[in-house]
Amino acid sequence: MKHLSPVNDKARRVMNAIEPGAAPAQAGASLADASPKSSAEAGDVVALQQPRAPQQPPGPHIPLGCATIFSPGWEVDRTGGTAGLCQPVERDLFDCHFGCYWPAQVPDQLNHAPTWTGKCAAAQKDWRKIDLIFP
Amino acid sequence: MIALQPGDCHAFEAAGRRFVYLAPSAAVMAIDDASAAVLDTVAARPHSRDELVAALAARHAADEVDEAVGELVRVRALARVEMPHRPAPKVLPLTPIPLATMVMNVTNQCNLSCAYCYEYGEDKIVQTENGTQPKWMSEETARASVDFLLRESGRVAHLTFFGGETLLNFKVLKFAVPYAKARAAELGKEIDFSLTTNATLLKPEIIEFLAEHNFGVTISIDGPRDLQNKFRLFHNGAGSYDLVAPKIKALMARHRGRPIGARVTLTRETLDVRRIYEHLTSELGFWEVGFAPVTSAPGRAHALGEGGFDEVLAQFRDLAGDYRDAALEGRHHGFGNVHETLGEIHKGASKAWPCGAGFGLLGVSTAGDVALCHRFAGSDDHKLGDVRGGIDRTAQAAFLDTHHVANKTDCQTCWARPVCAGGCYHEAHTRYGTTERPNLHYCEWIRGWTDTCLRIYGEIAEANPGFFRQFEATYEAPQPS
Repeated sequence: MKHLSPVNDKARRVMNAIEPGAAPAQAGASLADASPKSSAEAGDVVALQQPRAPQQPPGPHIPLGCATIFSPGWEVDRTGGTAGLCQPVERDLFDCHFGCYWPAQVPDQLNHAPTWTGKCAAAQKDWRKIDLIFP
Repeated sequence: MIALQPGDCHAFEAAGRRFVYLAPSAAVMAIDDASAAVLDTVAARPHSRDELVAALAARHAADEVDEAVGELVRVRALARVEMPHRPAPKVLPLTPIPLATMVMNVTNQCNLSCAYCYEYGEDKIVQTENGTQPKWMSEETARASVDFLLRESGRVAHLTFFGGETLLNFKVLKFAVPYAKARAAELGKEIDFSLTTNATLLKPEIIEFLAEHNFGVTISIDGPRDLQNKFRLFHNGAGSYDLVAPKIKALMARHRGRPIGARVTLTRETLDVRRIYEHLTSELGFWEVGFAPVTSAPGRAHALGEGGFDEVLAQFRDLAGDYRDAALEGRHHGFGNVHETLGEIHKGASKAWPCGAGFGLLGVSTAGDVALCHRFAGSDDHKLGDVRGGIDRTAQAAFLDTHHVANKTDCQTCWARPVCAGGCYHEAHTRYGTTERPNLHYCEWIRGWTDTCLRIYGEIAEANPGFFRQFEATYEAPQPS
């Protein structure tokens, strides 16, 4: 860690638990999260439009839809990849929202989160502005 | 992008540096300018990553902000807005924790009648005068108690004698100490002894005994004559200062094996921390002085009201400044309350229970009943077995379950819970009628005091970190000269 330095013994143990060997030798580390990601992106939303999202491990990525009924052209293209989709995958958000039979996937826009999509004029461009809503 | 807000932590400044104290881990970390700027910015209102980068652009590059945010998130000093609260898991010990300290109430009688006393005053729990508990512990019960301690302890056992006025039953001490030493030797265990006394009954024979067995002695005393004589009175109303002062000096002169401490009860009418401290250390020679605000139901004449706790805090802060100055120069200072809190901060203690009562520490009544601590000894409602039959493990497990800090909803959002965990059971019982409640009447005081001690900790950590070696397990304390 560059920006934080441990002062008491417990702080050394916390740091060693996060990054084994990060703080000089004290016993008792670690339940470690073994893949350190010291970037703000560690908590970011992952989407297919990013070349390789930081949270995704390298290797094959198999896109999956949300429903058992396959809605062609959305989850995968005809080659099984995501390059040739007729609409960006983020469009799914609004499919569930407007057209889907499963409204629980989006916030209740009538009561709880009326302005949920207020900042999202065009889904392809603005999907990052849609915030997570916790019940 | 998800907005970020301060996590479960307390930010503070010391010696020109910025620090965070994290809950519930009790880790203390120094933070650099970029991290401090991030925390300050989100403290005003939640910011997303992009907003943070924009807000701090004049001072910090985007990469630097990203890194700082990443590190703060990982130690949970930063949290995402609306993230559901993740309570710390409630972990209960699966096997019994060895008994470290047993406090033996050798009598419930006292030759003083301090108006604030929890044992005889208006807030008493146990019927001390005409109850089921005998007035004096017998040799037979003392023997059973020592056997109980050595059966339940680990390699090292601490035996504390308590009262009433402990020395009213010196007879049982004279029996129990050699017996305990012999039994411990047979079992290959170590045992040491301590006692609390009002010092009125100290005499050469007793002083000799305490020195010979290297007792840790704590004397209950409230300060100079005028303050001591406000509450610490004999039954006829006479003050006790003139009797105890020379006896304390005689004890200090003879018993030099272990530091002798004073324990002061602070009331509304005796609230003069610096004067009490100066008198007890300079005039009477105490090595350490610990202060405790009186335990009392609200509204009692001696109780500290709302303003009283603020006043105690202001006076504590003033004296704590002296402790800090001494520590920076590597000198001893006897303000026990700071010393104790710094020790907990240094170790990073994060308590699931406010103290060891009920598992590492148990109180034993004059009849041999085992209770949470000495303050509950003899109370049927807080009984955890008896010295002959052993600890009631079912009652103990239920106690640990119901008193875990995870049960105290009010404590879940408080950054000071690692050191406090809800506070004294006896205080809670007196205030709210149940040991399960957190002591909400002194939350501000605990947070204020913990903040003061964290600042002092930060200053010492910057300028004289070697001072903290004394809190580490391998350290041997220097003896008072």
